[in-house]
Amino acid sequence: MKALRRYLDKIKPNFEKGGRFQKLQSTFDAFETFLFVPNKVTKHGAHIRDSIDLKRTMSFVIMALVPALLFGIWNTGYQHFLSQGTDASFWETIWFGIVKVLPIVIVAYVTGLGVEFIFAQVRHHEVNEGFLVSGMLIPLVMPPDVPLWMVAVSTIFAVIIGKEVFGGTGMNILNPALLARAFLFFAYPAEMSGDKVWIAEKADAFSGATPLAEAAAGHMDKVPDAWSMFIGTIPGSIGETSTLAILLGGIFLIATGIGSWRIMLSVFTGGLAMGFLLNATAVTPYMEIPPYYHLIMGGFAFGAVFMATDPVTAAQTSMGKYIYGFLIGIFAVIIRVFNPAYPEGMMLSILLMNVFAPLIDHYVVQANIRRRLNRIKIKKA
Amino acid sequence: MSNKEPLFSAKNLKLLSGPLNLNNPVTVQVLGVCSALAVTVQLKPAVVMAISVIVVTAFSNLVISLLRNTIPNRIRIIVQLVVIAALVILVDQILKAFVYDVSKQLSVFVGLIITNCILMGRLEAFAMANKPWQSFVDGIGNGLGYGAILVIVSFFRELLGSGTIWGYQIIEKTGLYDLGYSNNGMFILPPMALIIIGVIIWIQRSRKRELIEKS
Repeated sequence: MKALRRYLDKIKPNFEKGGRFQKLQSTFDAFETFLFVPNKVTKHGAHIRDSIDLKRTMSFVIMALVPALLFGIWNTGYQHFLSQGTDASFWETIWFGIVKVLPIVIVAYVTGLGVEFIFAQVRHHEVNEGFLVSGMLIPLVMPPDVPLWMVAVSTIFAVIIGKEVFGGTGMNILNPALLARAFLFFAYPAEMSGDKVWIAEKADAFSGATPLAEAAAGHMDKVPDAWSMFIGTIPGSIGETSTLAILLGGIFLIATGIGSWRIMLSVFTGGLAMGFLLNATAVTPYMEIPPYYHLIMGGFAFGAVFMATDPVTAAQTSMGKYIYGFLIGIFAVIIRVFNPAYPEGMMLSILLMNVFAPLIDHYVVQANIRRRLNRIKIKKA
Repeated sequence: MSNKEPLFSAKNLKLLSGPLNLNNPVTVQVLGVCSALAVTVQLKPAVVMAISVIVVTAFSNLVISLLRNTIPNRIRIIVQLVVIAALVILVDQILKAFVYDVSKQLSVFVGLIITNCILMGRLEAFAMANKPWQSFVDGIGNGLGYGAILVIVSFFRELLGSGTIWGYQIIEKTGLYDLGYSNNGMFILPPMALIIIGVIIWIQRSRKRELIEKS
């Protein structure tokens, strides 16, 4: 560690103003702060500073994603061997999953960070850490069998159109990881839907449809039982299948105060409420499923815990968070049940509410102002 | 028209080149975006649409400019509309007669040239106050500016969305499909046209700093 520090100090002048690699300053800065806690001191005015900066926040989210990632790796292998009908040991399963999942993770990080670095150099600002989490979320919402170049294309699209055009990290309207998935969904529907893509190198005879697709097609008998959907031994996107692993991450996020429990709670409540409503007025087989099935099927839990809580694109006010989350849950279930063309309503629902989040905040703030003004008036009267 | 000024003076040429760049009707004035989204799925209809709009803007500008001193101010809009509508119907009939298949593809959008904001904008802002020749040149310039964007957008949409250029299977010839490449369905959908126009605006503004508004 000390040797590394010495080396960085030695090459640092090259990257400062007037140095040889002045243009690459932001690249150097990114690596330095990635390796060591930055020693910058605020020089003007009074600021309350916390030792937790953007980089540490992002690392906590990455840690919260680890259970989902590990389970995803195992499940990729498990589903593959299940479809082939061969028995495989635990380590063979894990190994197959790693071979399938790791390239997707690497491609997402390399292309996404590449775009970020290029933009940082051109605009002469620091490389933001925002992509550390997006780069992990993108692989987790991809099908295991997705071609790698499609991951690259959708990542580039999401980072440029979803983030950089608005001014970079913290300025984006839509969640970049979800945008990548939405892009893939609309651009290459053959690789993103149907029953071919959810199991890596699937045997042809084996049905690989996700529970959502089975439900949307009306095959209620083929929807797996609740327990296996909760544990996650079902086909689906890499990180989304196991509600259990996602909940572990969610508890970690709430305990460290990084993820908003208000949003998570209200998304689940919204989904459950809509589920009850549909269940009570059931006219199609899909509407008859128990309400809690909606929470453990598909990407609902993953979206609620990791996507909806994105602090940049979510509502900022406490009241706004409840409204935002509740509507996400409601719309996700509505889209799933009533639109067979889009089996995964969670993605579209969160993107939709991302757009409305500033509006919700605006009205919450305005309502608060009005309430306080009224209080003054009453006192005066 | 003053006899001293040559037909292609620097000022008149500027009327032609301005709309292509610094005063582009689509990317700077943000007019006519609706049809730019609708007719740009393939190159061929986009080119036909562009030519139609050039013809209509040029001749409606010319006619209105000729009439500009006799049109009563209070009914000028309706007169302008009559001129535009007559020209559009003419263009529509010609398209139906000579390029029927493209005219089918364009469907209502030829008729909707009547409501294209670029036309009304040019008539109100330019033809009503300028001489016939200048107005004619201005009409061609604005039509070209609109058409250029249409062609750029439809080029990318057709190439990436359908893998063809002018209906010619270009991607298939390069053998990319065998390597696992597939067409991007997003480019067929209208949102992608909006995104491409946005990217064009982005590139244009980062090259021409004077276009960026002071905030």
